Amino acid sequence: MSSLNKNADRDWIKQRLMGASLCILMVFVLLFLRLVYLQLIKGEEYRRLSETNCVRLKSIKSSRGLIYDRHHTLLVENRPAFDLTIVLEDAHPVKETIERLADLIDVSFEDLMGSIKRAGKSAFYKPLTLKRDISRDLLAIVEAHKFDLPGIHMDVEPTRHYIYKKTAAHLLGYLGQINRKELESGFYPTVRTGDSIGRYGIEKSFEPFLQGKRGGRQVEVDVNGRLIKVLKTVPPVSGNDLHLTLDLELQRTAEQLLGENDGAVVAIDPSNGDVLVMASAPSFDQNDFIGGISNKKWQALMTDPGKPMNNKAIQAEYPPASTYKILTAMAALEERVIDEHGSFFCPGYYRLGNRRYQCWKKNGHGEMTVVNAIAQSCDVFFYQAGEKVGVDSLAQYANGSGLGRYTGIKLDHERRGLIPTAAWKKKRFKEVWQAGETLSISIGQGFDLVTPLQMAVFIAAVGNGGTLYRPRLVTSIEDSDGNVVKSIQPEITGGLPASKETLALVQKGLLEVVQGDRGTARRIRIKGINIAGKTGTAQVFSRKAGEKFDNESIRRTLRDHAWFVSYAPAEAPKIAICVIIEHGEHGSSAAAPVAGALIEKYLKKTAPKTASKTECKKDTIKP
Amino acid sequence: MFDRRLIENFDWGFLVVILLICSVGLVILYSAVTAGYDGTDLHPLFKKQGVWMATGFCIMMASVVIDFRELDKLNLFIWTICVGLLVTIYLFGHIGGGSRRWLVIGFVRMQPSELMKIALIISLASVYSDSVSPEGLGFQNLIKPAILCLIPFCLIVNQPDLGSGLLLLLIAGSITLFVKVEKRVFYSLASIGLSILPLVWFVGLKAYQKDRILIFIDPDRDPLGAGYHIIQSKIAIGSGMLVGKGFLKGTQNALSFLPEQHTDFILSVLAEEWGLTGCAVLLILYFILLFWGLNISYNCRNMFGSILAFGITAMIFWQIFINIGMVMGLMPVVGVPLPLVSYGGSSVVTNMVGFGILMNISMRNFTIT
Repeated sequence: MSSLNKNADRDWIKQRLMGASLCILMVFVLLFLRLVYLQLIKGEEYRRLSETNCVRLKSIKSSRGLIYDRHHTLLVENRPAFDLTIVLEDAHPVKETIERLADLIDVSFEDLMGSIKRAGKSAFYKPLTLKRDISRDLLAIVEAHKFDLPGIHMDVEPTRHYIYKKTAAHLLGYLGQINRKELESGFYPTVRTGDSIGRYGIEKSFEPFLQGKRGGRQVEVDVNGRLIKVLKTVPPVSGNDLHLTLDLELQRTAEQLLGENDGAVVAIDPSNGDVLVMASAPSFDQNDFIGGISNKKWQALMTDPGKPMNNKAIQAEYPPASTYKILTAMAALEERVIDEHGSFFCPGYYRLGNRRYQCWKKNGHGEMTVVNAIAQSCDVFFYQAGEKVGVDSLAQYANGSGLGRYTGIKLDHERRGLIPTAAWKKKRFKEVWQAGETLSISIGQGFDLVTPLQMAVFIAAVGNGGTLYRPRLVTSIEDSDGNVVKSIQPEITGGLPASKETLALVQKGLLEVVQGDRGTARRIRIKGINIAGKTGTAQVFSRKAGEKFDNESIRRTLRDHAWFVSYAPAEAPKIAICVIIEHGEHGSSAAAPVAGALIEKYLKKTAPKTASKTECKKDTIKP
Repeated sequence: MFDRRLIENFDWGFLVVILLICSVGLVILYSAVTAGYDGTDLHPLFKKQGVWMATGFCIMMASVVIDFRELDKLNLFIWTICVGLLVTIYLFGHIGGGSRRWLVIGFVRMQPSELMKIALIISLASVYSDSVSPEGLGFQNLIKPAILCLIPFCLIVNQPDLGSGLLLLLIAGSITLFVKVEKRVFYSLASIGLSILPLVWFVGLKAYQKDRILIFIDPDRDPLGAGYHIIQSKIAIGSGMLVGKGFLKGTQNALSFLPEQHTDFILSVLAEEWGLTGCAVLLILYFILLFWGLNISYNCRNMFGSILAFGITAMIFWQIFINIGMVMGLMPVVGVPLPLVSYGGSSVVTNMVGFGILMNISMRNFTIT
């Protein structure tokens, strides 16, 4: 083998090189023949094509997937919008053409030239957008002067349209133009400059399904840029349609009931976690975001003290107040601090050390069993129950019940809330946990923070016998032909850390809240439907014991938040609702009626034979 | 130390061919970048390319001084540095055009995948010159070359730069066939390859990857992307006819039609403005260049030098073939530049280094080891 080593054998190399030379020769002959074919045989034809510069590329925008509610009512569609475009090469003389157009459509000449200058030299043969979404009147004018406006074209672009203005705006979300960084990120392979992507809500979380695939055409045009024939077409692929769990009618009712108040309403189907309602007030008009929101409107939204851009159902954290007593009761029963028949005495206050902790009822409730304590929302009962369970144990029950944890809803910006432990306080404030603080958190004040969605999931689980579901927004995703691309099943995320017996007692207490003679929400009773629930009044700022306030004189922003969580029918819940009215003062008077009306509407619709609402009693009820 | 015979043996003819191709390249590039440019002085890209060519020329002349046999000893060192650069861009590279292939050092942007070609040729020449035999190479002789080739291949394809990766395989394959493999090795490798391909296709690749490969093979499948470029390129070339439309008179060479008209699609500019005549001149120059390279390989009395010269010639050949084939719609659309004509610093410098090595070998063919 080594005869060839290092010193090259000339004959051997020559033989090897012959093959290589032959290859090169053949390839060059092939290339030359191809040149002859293109330049001589087909030369005339290509010369003609090149002289008119006539092969153009036209992009066809795909239409974004539609969004339906649970009863197949269309919520979000695409409407045709007309864009004015220009192909500079065909628009000779460019300046005069633009001047004429500016006169016709009443847009300043500088604005139109600006969009041309921004595109630069590279876009000589490509259509440039001059003005988006012109009105039908202008469209008619431009169409009539078509022959005075060489190179000016109208493109029909599918544009997003939210049919019910301001309805479920936070849930559905809105679109925005893709920016450079997102384009370069590689996450949006089919999206180009100028296209819109979901920026918020469902539009954002389901972007990959909703976004279709752009198509296009190779076309031959004449000297004036008018189409002669279509050479090749790649049809656009529409985005997939979403079928939501949302109930449009109920959603709109909830929004009407919220009215001018700030707050949130979440309704969930306790049997599978379907989100029937997710309302947040104040709301905003998503259509304003189409084609870029004006700076003025954006500033107005951002500076509004009601924070219309926040989805309060998942992004706002409130002290759960008395609604948290459900959890304290559950923990106390499980920890055997109290049983069904056991009671604590409420003289109107509870003394710890040298401090008196007030009950909301100054004269006291007397002997309280757990069921009565829930029904009448006795603070002193829960001070004692909570104190015996202890802060860390309470936190364990809360976490096990989904509080202080993400619910896992498919929406961005969800907040986690806060369930304090002694260790947390030590770490956060470098201070030791005080026994008095345990009393506060036992009734849902102090450090405790929850989102309305967390409370809705929690009360749904209490109602359905202990199953925690991940809130489901979308049941199925279908392509434009109606084939199911993906169907999303209900998902169980855990179970309440409570036995059947414990839950039965808690449920009994919750039923008493509405159906019992002394219940805090007895005013919302509906004939024929057993409602279970719990009121809550979250302090926004603390009042000193004994100090008197005239509520009307308190600045509105300092008034308490009103809570109501409930489910119905109590025997076999079909709907679980969480309502929070910011600065609504009392859960019983501000929040509970909203839930009552929604329950009535929803259950009457599913079972139309049930009777109408009973008369409200006129007595004033505190939480 | 310095042999007077080196100057006597300097390969002037080869240098003239290179300079001629460079001039043709600059003339076409001038056309390509000037269309639609309204600056008063020279286009910045044209100036940059001039600087790159001058730089490349200096590097070429410098690489003539060191005896090419030094490369034999340093082969693994050079290979390691280039692979190191590829790993570096994998970690910190600059993303351009959707892939990580640039390394920015100060104000210079370079593509290590270009230099990798030379490094691979040197290391393969070094390995094969030790194991070559009249019967051909056996399996055990191919293990090391396979490793040398596949590591940079994977790194480059991962950038992703499928074109440069395949070019690397083509160069390695050409060199391997040149030094001859045993018949049974050839047939078994071919059959293994053929049987693995369907497996990769049906099991290993995702739908969008298959799509990209299909478009790569048949640009017409993507009439809005690659297919559109090819149509425009064919119109440009065909419209040149026999003598072309004249210098700076190309209409198709307007900025919008060929987005890469100064890089990969530059031949269409030549074809449009100078016609078949101009293209034939460039083809002949390339043809002479390649045969000069094979001749250097033949005349070298050192096995390492012969294989090295062949490898560099193969590198030039594949670039010419793929690029011209692509713009005429004969080959897949893949980003391979036309040597000394396409705009691009890394490509110019790499090719110049290659020519420097060829001249180096040519000058020393009198030496007997």
